[in-house]
Amino acid sequence: MTRETTAKAKMPLDGWVIAAALVIGTFYATLTAARTEDPVMSVHAYIFAGAFLLGIFGIIKAYFDNSESLTSQSADAPIEYDLKVIKAGVIASVFWGIVGFLAGDTIAFQLAYPDLNFDTSFINFGRLRPLHTSAVIFAFGGNVLLATSFYVVQRTCKARLPGVFSSWFVFWGYQLFIVIAATGYLMGATQGKEYAEPEWYTDIWLTIVWVVYLLVFLGTLWKRREPHIYVANWFYLAFIVTVAMLHIVNNLTVPVSWTSSKSYILFAGVQDALTQWWYGHNAVGFFLTAGFLAIMYYFVPKRANRPVYSYRLSIVHFWSLIFMYIWAGPHHLHYTALPDWAQTLGMTFSIMLWMPSWGGMINGLMTLSGAWDKLRTDPVLRMLVVSIAFYGMSTFEGPVMSIKAVNSLSHYTDWTVGHVHSGALGWVAYVSFGALYCLVPWLWNRTQLYSLKLVSYHFWISTFGILLYITSMWVSGILQGLMWRAYDDLGFLEYSFVETVEAMNPFYWIRAIGGAFFVIGSLIMAYNLWRTARGDVRTESRSLAPEAVPSPIAAE
Amino acid sequence: MEYNEISTFSQTWGLVYLVVMFLGGVIYALWPKNKSKFDHAAQIPLEDD
Amino acid sequence: MIKHDVFEKNSIVLLIGILIVVSIGGLIEIAPLFFLESTIEKVKGMRPYSPLELAGRNIYIREGCYNCHSQMIRSLRDEVERYGPYSLAAESMYDHPFQWGSKRTGPDLARVGGKYSDEWHKEHMVNPRGIVPESVMPGYPFLLDTPLRFNDIKEHLEANRMVGVPYTDEMIDLAEEDLRAQVDPDGDTDGLLARYPKAQVRNFDDNAKVITEMDALIAYLQMLGTLVDFSAYKAEGPELR
Repeated sequence: MTRETTAKAKMPLDGWVIAAALVIGTFYATLTAARTEDPVMSVHAYIFAGAFLLGIFGIIKAYFDNSESLTSQSADAPIEYDLKVIKAGVIASVFWGIVGFLAGDTIAFQLAYPDLNFDTSFINFGRLRPLHTSAVIFAFGGNVLLATSFYVVQRTCKARLPGVFSSWFVFWGYQLFIVIAATGYLMGATQGKEYAEPEWYTDIWLTIVWVVYLLVFLGTLWKRREPHIYVANWFYLAFIVTVAMLHIVNNLTVPVSWTSSKSYILFAGVQDALTQWWYGHNAVGFFLTAGFLAIMYYFVPKRANRPVYSYRLSIVHFWSLIFMYIWAGPHHLHYTALPDWAQTLGMTFSIMLWMPSWGGMINGLMTLSGAWDKLRTDPVLRMLVVSIAFYGMSTFEGPVMSIKAVNSLSHYTDWTVGHVHSGALGWVAYVSFGALYCLVPWLWNRTQLYSLKLVSYHFWISTFGILLYITSMWVSGILQGLMWRAYDDLGFLEYSFVETVEAMNPFYWIRAIGGAFFVIGSLIMAYNLWRTARGDVRTESRSLAPEAVPSPIAAE
Repeated sequence: MEYNEISTFSQTWGLVYLVVMFLGGVIYALWPKNKSKFDHAAQIPLEDD
Repeated sequence: MIKHDVFEKNSIVLLIGILIVVSIGGLIEIAPLFFLESTIEKVKGMRPYSPLELAGRNIYIREGCYNCHSQMIRSLRDEVERYGPYSLAAESMYDHPFQWGSKRTGPDLARVGGKYSDEWHKEHMVNPRGIVPESVMPGYPFLLDTPLRFNDIKEHLEANRMVGVPYTDEMIDLAEEDLRAQVDPDGDTDGLLARYPKAQVRNFDDNAKVITEMDALIAYLQMLGTLVDFSAYKAEGPELR
């Protein structure tokens, strides 16, 4: 804690730099707002200017409050971890998670009952679908990765995040990116490339935030008091660096003018298609896989209170995974105008990818060997373990779907949608939920969660939802794929396209209902985490063991 | 640039590159001298401070 | 004490290792597409989008049509029979961005041009289930009432030229005139048709008073897949793919 004797705190260097950058940013945004004739750019320029002003205000306020975080720590003092920004990240994760799940369920109902599009521009399916995908991947997943990476890198390096305002700049800058992207979609600003929809100025902003994120992360590694860099940090680093590379290359674009929200992508046609799916598949590989494997490699050992099954396997897992993933993109373009050699290359690497994926899965699952009984008593660990099982399932399904013969049936159908969601809901969301259930008691200094029973309810309700989701999409996807290629006795195509649309309707309803279960589960989690943070504990029967007390045997 | 030149190159040197990369990773992971380092690293998440 | 500088180097070594490993795959896969001449077929008939078609394409992108409609007919028997000749790489050589899509909640649109009347498209966009009862497409009636914003259409063509679309100075200078000419069947369209062969000149939304977003979108849909002359295209030979 700060001594009263310390004189007025000095403004740290990163405070000066960020404040200066924000002043320039405010000036530029205001200028753009005044000059633009583009309504979308106008709204966004005002949002940018307002957010930058708030940022400047925040820095000045922290300075005059002489807040304790401004004083630097002496090197010998016990490490005081930077936890506030992680708390903010946890809250943002829960908030954006619910927003993203709700958006997803909304568009699921729109497909089942299209009148829900209400004939308007702002909330039609075409604009809400990117909102959903970006909200769950970048807003929910991104905040989970921000929060957990800041936590894990500090703990495993035994070092505080560098700077005072830098990590906050990353956090708030990232939220600003989300708001700009989301409002842009609703107003129709999009690059028209899946998962890379934000327009050029939003991309530039994200690049700035991301570079600072990389520096904060690297800075912590440099300050570490631990000789080895723990493997979770390797995965985080690969996630941060590779996503930066993918983001920059796939968003190379020429704006119509400096005051226009519209831009034209540098690449055209087939080259753009491969660049996009190189990006798109590696967004899966490095954002949704490598980043969340980092969570697995820290939180599963921590929660099970035993080291990872094989550290050597984790190293082979790391290098082979990042090496092979990067080639897999072309499997999104089988039988298209992409040259055959590229399709074959993509398929080959996708199939090989099965091996490192399952190596990682085995490593995660076997960490529990000797402690399987904890699955019965600890629903948080159960959630983490089931997430690894889903990871194994979807990384088996993926290589199968990348085989050209299978892909000729599955591509363009709901099978792909189901596959993505078994990974997104079962793996990404579950491992995130597990991490959030661990983090909240740790961060808010509570001995246990408000209610383990509610965790159990969350688990079962959302698992039921996921099963409804993926089974309905399997059936509808395979059904539609088979109907498209069905021939009658005379050698004509048996079904018109719209007949296949009609056949999908029951499955769209089942999927939307499954999604609703998942949303309900996430609301239960939000309530449970909120009560935990407040310090409440629900009196429950002892059938569920308290999770905060590690058993003395396991701790050796 | 011709398709055939590239495919010949990738089917020979590409294969060598892949095998070398793979062996490099496996050897690093299994090198006996690295064992104690890895054993220590595996305990990092479990240490309390 | 621990020697910090060594470990600082380690994290940079790790960073560089990651960068090398992840950049090689992408480089080897993507770069040849720019150099291998067989990637994009030699075809007759491809031309840049007319200003009205380009504006329509931007509305197609804005409304997220690519979320449910592909523009890529795969080389599979049923697709060729359902939609027409499989798509060639050359057909999207001026598409920034490409719009091949990844999901067919609705049918493929790569060759939808000329399959339905302007009137059908208009009614279908305003009330999809009025035309196709089983459809799950959202309605877009607002396109009919929204005047097309095209005061900066010239800059749009210029930006396209910067990324490699062969718009000439003349095309850029006359962009606004060409856009107006394409919805005015009674006007002089010789210049437009010389610059953009096969451009379809009609009042697409049947409302002569104002150029709407519906005009632009239908103009775009009606030209999709109509440019390449398939009678002059030979699919045989080693350069096929």
